[in-house]
Amino acid sequence: MIAMNDSKPRENTRELVIPGEILNARHLKTGINTYRANGEVYSAVLGFKNIRADYINVIPLSGRYFPQVDDLVIGCVISLGPTTWLIDINSPYPAPLHVNEVPWRVDFGDTASYLDIGDAVLVRVSSVDEIKKIQVSMKSPQTRKLFGGHIFEISPSKVPRVIGKNGSMINLIKTSTNTKMFVGQNGRIWLDGETEGILKAIRAIKLIEKYSHKYGLTDRIARFLSEENGGLKKEENEEEIKDAEIL
Amino acid sequence: MEEKNTMLLTEDKKRLDGRELNELRPIKIEAGVLKQADGSASLIWGKNKILAAVYGPREAHPRHLQDPTKALVRCRYNMASFSVSERKRPGPDRRSIEISKVLSEALESVILTHQFPRTAIDIFVEVLEAEAGTRCAALTAASVALADAGIPMTDLIAACAAGKIDGEIALDLTKIEDNQGEADLPLAIVPRTKEIVLLQMDGNFTPQEFKKARDMAVEACMKIYQLQRNALKERYFAGGGIDE
Repeated sequence: MIAMNDSKPRENTRELVIPGEILNARHLKTGINTYRANGEVYSAVLGFKNIRADYINVIPLSGRYFPQVDDLVIGCVISLGPTTWLIDINSPYPAPLHVNEVPWRVDFGDTASYLDIGDAVLVRVSSVDEIKKIQVSMKSPQTRKLFGGHIFEISPSKVPRVIGKNGSMINLIKTSTNTKMFVGQNGRIWLDGETEGILKAIRAIKLIEKYSHKYGLTDRIARFLSEENGGLKKEENEEEIKDAEIL
Repeated sequence: MEEKNTMLLTEDKKRLDGRELNELRPIKIEAGVLKQADGSASLIWGKNKILAAVYGPREAHPRHLQDPTKALVRCRYNMASFSVSERKRPGPDRRSIEISKVLSEALESVILTHQFPRTAIDIFVEVLEAEAGTRCAALTAASVALADAGIPMTDLIAACAAGKIDGEIALDLTKIEDNQGEADLPLAIVPRTKEIVLLQMDGNFTPQEFKKARDMAVEACMKIYQLQRNALKERYFAGGGIDE
């Protein structure tokens, strides 16, 4: 019955574990989403077992976004104060943006003329304390107010797969769809370009989300995109085409 | 307890539905059935049908309930008006408020709540069809839904009831056995440590009978735990293959 036990193990198989499952890693240090009890290390979430340096981690397959310092995230202004904006960054905690943390000189009570409710911003998480009080900032190079484009949301746990190793996946999508794209750590993706390119990129991202736990994802997406761009039709692409139709 | 008027066991100790004394009803669990929820599970346990949905961790409202040291775990157990043969008046009643409370407390004991200060984890359990043992079924489904939502916890929770019918200890009572039997003992454990996180009792057991019923229920919980595991793993690798 257990799916994992039926097939032959691969050398680089990622092992799926559930909460409370023993990780057989007594000698390693407990990393993210793991805990130690009676000397043994156990998983705390549903995800893939991962060993990095001398730490054992479990990479979750789902879950909310929890801000960490220096994360670049896409937020939306939800309310205004005389000296602050309140930004929704898709996390359980509200994130205030203080006027001292923006590149403009804002007079007291004049916040609305710079950022208004509903505006999208690319901000950096500047501090997170132990009771998870968050502060965001717009005083670093990449942060800015977002004009135009589309914002699309995915599960935050899938963000690393959309970016790929050294940005391989995101660069692939950008070049083959001719769009501008930014992926926030909070699972929000900002896309700008021709409508057709944006739709194509969204279809590719949805495919990544669906197959994020599979191997050879970049190749699969490369095939999908070349197919979308009217490339050679291969029989093995039929599955992707069906997926695209569903999406 | 109602006056006894039917025999619940045949001469060869089989039950009315043909089960052995220590046999569970058929159970089917599926994870990730609802699109909008952060995590969800459906459970069919004999004639019980249960849906569980998890939202969160999310900002806790009303704000005065927020705890700066840990997350709130709020479980709502609700029976649909059509879940029982006589229409149930909708809305929370004494029984469902109690069950919501014991489920919240059981689940809170495994969730790593200190990781999420000032938030709430909301769990909604809807009983669509009920035929005795719904609190155990609800807890079993809720813990699968929590794991599906990616919420860090020390382990799943598996729950099962044992009881006494016609003087014999039996596992997983049905409605008629529950109503006409002598006792019922719903129990939930953390499978890794066998720690008990829910224990209630209706009726009377002798100390020996209690121990026997407890051991029988714990053993069944371990079987249920395997089904929960499989449900979670199959959500990502349906059909058995590991990955192509």
